[in-house]
Amino acid sequence: MSGRIARRFAELARAGRAGLITFVTAGDPDMETSEEIVASLPLMGADLIEIGVPFSDPMADGPAIQEANLRALGAGATLAGVIGLVRRLRARDDHTPVVLMGYYNPILAFGVEAFVEEAAAAGIDGLIVVDLPPEEDAELRRPAKARGLDIIRLATPTTDDARLPKVLDGASGFLYHVAVAGITGTRSAAEETVERAVARLKRATDLPVAVGFGIKTPEDAAALARHADAVVVGSALVREVAAALDDGGDPVARVSALAKRLADAVHAAREEGAEGR
Amino acid sequence: MSAATKSGINSYRGGPDEAGHFGIFGGRYVAETLMPLILEVERAWQSARHDPAFRAEMDDLLAHYVGRPSPLYFAERLTKELGGAKIYFKRDELNHTGAHKINHAIGQVLLARRMGRTRIIAETGAGQHGVATATVAARFGLPCVVYMGERDIERQKPNVFRMRLLGAEVRAVTSGSRTLKDAMNEALRDWVAHVEDTFYVIGTVAGPHPYPAMVREFQSVIGREVREQIMAREGRLPDTLVACIGGGSNALGLFHPFLDEADVACHGVEAAGRGIETGEHAAALAGGTPGVLHGNRTYLLQDEHGQIREAHSISAGLDYPGIGPEHSWLKETGRVRYFAATDDEALAAFRTCARLEGILPALEPAHALAHVIRIAPELACDHIIVMNMCGRGDKDIFTVAEALGEEIG
Repeated sequence: MSGRIARRFAELARAGRAGLITFVTAGDPDMETSEEIVASLPLMGADLIEIGVPFSDPMADGPAIQEANLRALGAGATLAGVIGLVRRLRARDDHTPVVLMGYYNPILAFGVEAFVEEAAAAGIDGLIVVDLPPEEDAELRRPAKARGLDIIRLATPTTDDARLPKVLDGASGFLYHVAVAGITGTRSAAEETVERAVARLKRATDLPVAVGFGIKTPEDAAALARHADAVVVGSALVREVAAALDDGGDPVARVSALAKRLADAVHAAREEGAEGR
Repeated sequence: MSAATKSGINSYRGGPDEAGHFGIFGGRYVAETLMPLILEVERAWQSARHDPAFRAEMDDLLAHYVGRPSPLYFAERLTKELGGAKIYFKRDELNHTGAHKINHAIGQVLLARRMGRTRIIAETGAGQHGVATATVAARFGLPCVVYMGERDIERQKPNVFRMRLLGAEVRAVTSGSRTLKDAMNEALRDWVAHVEDTFYVIGTVAGPHPYPAMVREFQSVIGREVREQIMAREGRLPDTLVACIGGGSNALGLFHPFLDEADVACHGVEAAGRGIETGEHAAALAGGTPGVLHGNRTYLLQDEHGQIREAHSISAGLDYPGIGPEHSWLKETGRVRYFAATDDEALAAFRTCARLEGILPALEPAHALAHVIRIAPELACDHIIVMNMCGRGDKDIFTVAEALGEEIG
């Protein structure tokens, strides 16, 4: 059984600070570089790592992550390859929780049972399957839980009080609050809106609440880190890969540099003097 | 005895279940942001379909705006030429806007109004569904955005212009394969970002529940009319129904009212493109495997890793890597038989129909016609085939000219 996710959130709570969750697409721009990017993230201060599984039709994602998916698939990324990446990462880092985020079809094609078995054996801790709402996820949730994998559910601005219990029933690891109704990497939510939303979710669950979608800068991240248990940044990091490819820079260095600034901002957000900026 | 009791299934017309499943197919595979909306659409539709006022408004528009019922036409010269079964065309290409798509566009836009939605979005492949949606949106004064793959915009220019004349904004989709599946992704992305005011008018019997069942119900007017018309004409039900299938809306519209009639055979015709064996086709049932895309579980063209493959068909309206989930179920139960016709067969059928019947079929029903041309000669002369002529071919003349190597401006 894993428990890395629960342990990490307990550590964060004891330290009195929020966590940074970094998202990058596996295999972007190729599996080898991607592994170095992922391995660098905890060293830069990422508390939890979310790895995107490339899919040809990522319908909840904005242009940045769509393009990352296409780059990764063009370089031959597969779900088996992503699991392999995590397996190798675990030889270097056995503490940082790793969550896979993606769409259901590649998992179905792999075979649900085989997938959860290999994912758990590789050291993956949780799964976010964007197009698998609670109504449809039993066939993945049951075998995943049996292997100790957390099923991380999304709560969105459209998840009203009538629906929230459905989302929470069977959720584990943490609750992912999608801050805006929309796709990844586009609009941002106002801090007050997120504050209210997190407070509402906290009243309904004991799970840690992470906030994501539309968080681009260290300043955005710090603002939300005052209210949520963790802040997720994805598209902004993925754009660094694209920018490095455009100007011949080093994607690992570019992503690490932004991750470091994000982590510093998130970790300092609740310190004395950070209030009321 | 009905087909249903023969096979041990009570009825082929009872699906889907409450969660939108046809056997293992269908369902609601959407992001959480959309789930509450999908559930709201379902509630609104359940209330609307039992509301006499809603049905009356729908029927009035179908009669006076669309021109229903569409005729059932005996294709006498084609029948004589093939020398076998008696062939009827259900003339849904005579509908306002030139295809069957208007049937479900009206239903969905009326539902959007009932739900208080003020903005309409749609995806389109050949442009027929886009034109139909833009038409109904114009009729009700609602702003309309149509997502269309860049490649489809190139090959369906007349329909693009038509939509713009109707006041719709046509947004070119440049992601992925730049065809219908990508347009659907983009429409879903739009919807998720405009949940308050927007209604997504889906163009076929696919997508998350309740769309497959709802679109089927709006299209079933085709089969209900055929039933009455053939009884008046021949005094009995037809022997074989034939329809082309991309997502499968016109086929289900024709088949569904007959599914429990054991003696009525249903043949769906997918697009075999350059040939199933070449891999360049759009035949999800013949050449695909079950998976999850665009909100439902169904047969899909995909690689061994679950990545969606590009479809190919000369007909933009059939060029989609999936198929409505009910068709996947009907295939597995054996109630409907599925065939395929290639680009070349469809082109040949297009020309035959033009010359013998004075009708330019759309390239989509030209696939159904290719199948009719294959089977009719082997059947007895008292065997009745009804084929759904679900669209007219005016939009396709540039594609046909190019395929025939002719320049037409």
